Amino acid sequence: MTTESSVKNDTDALLEVRDLTVTFQTPRGPLDAVRSLDLDLEPGGALGIVGESGSGKSMTSLAIMGLQPRAARRTGSVRLRGRELVGMSEADLRRVRGDRIAMVFQDPLSSLNPYYTVGLQIEEAYRAHRPGVTRRAARKVAIAALERVRIRDAARRVHHYPHQFSGGMRQRVMIAMALSMEPELLIADEPTTALDVTVQAQILDLLQEIRRETGTGLVLITHDLAVVSEITDHIVVMKDGVCVERGPVEQIFTRPQHPYTQALLDAVPRIDDEIGELRAVAPGAVVADAVAEKNGGAA
Amino acid sequence: MLRFLVTRVMSGLVVLLLVCLFTYLVFFALSPDPAVQICGKNCTPEVIDQIRGNLGLDQPFSTQFFLFVVGIFAGRTYGEGASAVDCAAPCLGYSFQSSQAVWDMIVQRLPVSATIAIGAAVLWLLAGVVGGLLSAVKEGTFLDRFTTGLTLTSMSIPNYVLALVLQYVLVVQLQWLPFPQAVAFADDPVQWFLNFVMPWIVLAIGYAAAYTRLTRANVLDVLRENYVRTAYAKGLPQSLIWRRHALRPALTPVVTIFGMDFAGLLGGALITETVFGINGVGKMAADSIARNDQPVIMGVTLLAGFLVVVGNIVVDVVYSAIDPRVRVNA
Amino acid sequence: MMPSQTDLTAGTVAQSGGAGGTWRALRHDVGAMLGLGYIALVTLVAVFAPVLTSISGWTPYEFDQSAIDPDLGGMPIGAWGGMGAEHWLGVEPGSGRDIFARIVYGARVSMSIALSATALTTVLGVSLGLVAGYFGGRVDLVVSRVMDFLMAFPALIFMIAVLSALPASNRSGLLVVVISVFGWPYLARIVRGQTMSLAQREFVEAARAAGASGTRIVFREILPNLRSTIIVMATLAVPGYIGTEAGLSFLGVGVVPPAPSWGQMIAASVKWYAVDPAYFVVPGVCLFLLVLSFTVLGDRLRAVVDAQEGR
Repeated sequence: MTTESSVKNDTDALLEVRDLTVTFQTPRGPLDAVRSLDLDLEPGGALGIVGESGSGKSMTSLAIMGLQPRAARRTGSVRLRGRELVGMSEADLRRVRGDRIAMVFQDPLSSLNPYYTVGLQIEEAYRAHRPGVTRRAARKVAIAALERVRIRDAARRVHHYPHQFSGGMRQRVMIAMALSMEPELLIADEPTTALDVTVQAQILDLLQEIRRETGTGLVLITHDLAVVSEITDHIVVMKDGVCVERGPVEQIFTRPQHPYTQALLDAVPRIDDEIGELRAVAPGAVVADAVAEKNGGAA
Repeated sequence: MLRFLVTRVMSGLVVLLLVCLFTYLVFFALSPDPAVQICGKNCTPEVIDQIRGNLGLDQPFSTQFFLFVVGIFAGRTYGEGASAVDCAAPCLGYSFQSSQAVWDMIVQRLPVSATIAIGAAVLWLLAGVVGGLLSAVKEGTFLDRFTTGLTLTSMSIPNYVLALVLQYVLVVQLQWLPFPQAVAFADDPVQWFLNFVMPWIVLAIGYAAAYTRLTRANVLDVLRENYVRTAYAKGLPQSLIWRRHALRPALTPVVTIFGMDFAGLLGGALITETVFGINGVGKMAADSIARNDQPVIMGVTLLAGFLVVVGNIVVDVVYSAIDPRVRVNA
Repeated sequence: MMPSQTDLTAGTVAQSGGAGGTWRALRHDVGAMLGLGYIALVTLVAVFAPVLTSISGWTPYEFDQSAIDPDLGGMPIGAWGGMGAEHWLGVEPGSGRDIFARIVYGARVSMSIALSATALTTVLGVSLGLVAGYFGGRVDLVVSRVMDFLMAFPALIFMIAVLSALPASNRSGLLVVVISVFGWPYLARIVRGQTMSLAQREFVEAARAAGASGTRIVFREILPNLRSTIIVMATLAVPGYIGTEAGLSFLGVGVVPPAPSWGQMIAASVKWYAVDPAYFVVPGVCLFLLVLSFTVLGDRLRAVVDAQEGR
């Protein structure tokens, strides 16, 4: 497997995933949602993982953080700056989550707790990782984070509940929450799928801008090649839990090697029909579909 | 908020009026002539006519019903001249059996029913919420399956059967508890407490089972929510995730249902009170039904309807305080 | 580790849906099978009551003075409430009537009233819920208001009052009607909600676009999709109605004596439970087990159906 994205030096890599496999035990025997996946990301880099729903891309993102479902088993190696995350104690993993790797999910409304103000939800994460920080200091961080994602009147908006924001604004809140800890790696799982087209562009611009300003590494997970091409430099194409093709954006777009990648590219202009199109081209995803459907909106 | 309240109170009043009308209509159509009943033996047609006149039973249905409703809000006077009886608001009429004012009878017995309801509510809330939480935390373990079995069993025992079993085991065989007898709290708190132990348990057990199941299901549902996944992804400690992100959403529906159940019970636990011979509103209802004491049945039915309607409104207000989404929309 | 948001087991079960799948899943559940077994037993006993009593030799109405001791206030002669070869489950204190015969005939009353009430409630609840949920607007408003009213109504007191005021002829039919009138809103509320969401789905839209009438859509497209919900709700309603019938009979406004009913037998045993516990235990256990069986069966059925629908 040729990997131009592979790193020069192991200790230099921000994220290095080797042979990552997520296995479910089912009544019909073990089932791999992700099989033998390798990923590489240098500091400040941006990697796109592309595939249709059920390809295992969302499970990959959860598995990197050790958030795969209880019923699943994770094997292989996930290294963050050379530090192994697979097999790490739950307490240590907790310190990595949110602080060094942050996540933005697909549906911002259901991903924010409706019972609490957005301010509290940003502050609680910050305070969990910085013991001894006062409530007031955390509030300041929350306001600053909201300002950074361009939410106007942030000092007042921290007191609002998620349902009082529009879809795009909610996703900005999610991003603010993720950024408040200044993580080294941001994993965005379909961050724009639930949003209107115009809002999608704004959120992508925001992610791009943040990456430039802060040097945060980005893993962007999407079914939409058009989205990836805008902000990532390398692409991994997944199908049925396996990587079928990888390479720099230009290479994937100009000289796709795998027919599945070609099919994805063909589907780009017709976003609405995409899934149906893909089904016709690449059948046999029944098993992975079971995983995807149970995976809810995140897949 | 105020507009919301006013609308709710208005629709509550309409429901109550309908309960009133419905009950009145059914008894008007079904009951034997109350005048004959009151008159008893040694009765003459003249006396019956006089009673009918005094009670307004000679009036058409609409007039009787109207006078009854007016009586509740403004009081009314039965009869005329020297034999006139003033019935102050809220006037629910007089018992055909004891000639006592129905309102006074209710007021007298309400504290007993409230005592039973409150004690049982404390028991079932504690047992239900704690049991449900434990069961959810330990999902799939022996403890969980044991709790589930226990709740199904508890839900299946009719409360009069349980009452008799408890009485036989605890009072007759083991003699841990005394035979229930009326004792005021001030006279002998211990005896008072022991008297209420069995009714509390009998009344609470079915609810406790239902609340355990509800709490367990809610907690498991909430743990599947995306925002709980977000909380894990933020690296929050497990205890905080449970306390803050799982508990409050999971217990909100419990509050709603509790309000309704508790309000329903305040109006008297008919079977439990009857089985244990406790002189609350429930037993009064059973007795009045047995003696066809129409004004008392009306009064008790209205009271129960009133409590349910009020409970509904209180629940809505509390709910809007707990759930921010409702708060803004209201 | 994170609690399972991805329950893959449920996902794979989903592919083996349908009635056959439900039965296969249920067959391996000990609780559900025990419950079903007891329900089948009681049903058989109820159906063949006359045959059984002709074998045991006593009808439910015959007095047997030789089985009770007049010097002890009518206590049954012999241990365990007079159980033995003559009277299999003992006799009633005071009258000497055969308890086995009364239990067997009581099962008839219990089952027929509970099942009829469930059938009537289901018909009322499903049709009104469907109508309110599908047609919405004014129809929905009226049905919803009636439901609110009935659910705010102190049903138990009212049931007792009405039953005690009405003449005693055909009490069973009356019980069924009264129970159903207050029971249907609980089913209708759920059917209404599901109908509302089903009415938005593509296949209903498609049927509508193809020119199907409202009635046709409701009965051909929506109703089949509610099948499992209705079956589960009905199964869970039966134990409630068994309990209600027994409770009303216990309070003396249910089935009219001398017709036997389990609730009535328990009520009669109250005076005797300290000296003749067997008289109380027999109907108490029969009633408890029947309610438990339906509850467990309904509970398991719901779990299986939920898993199939991929909740």
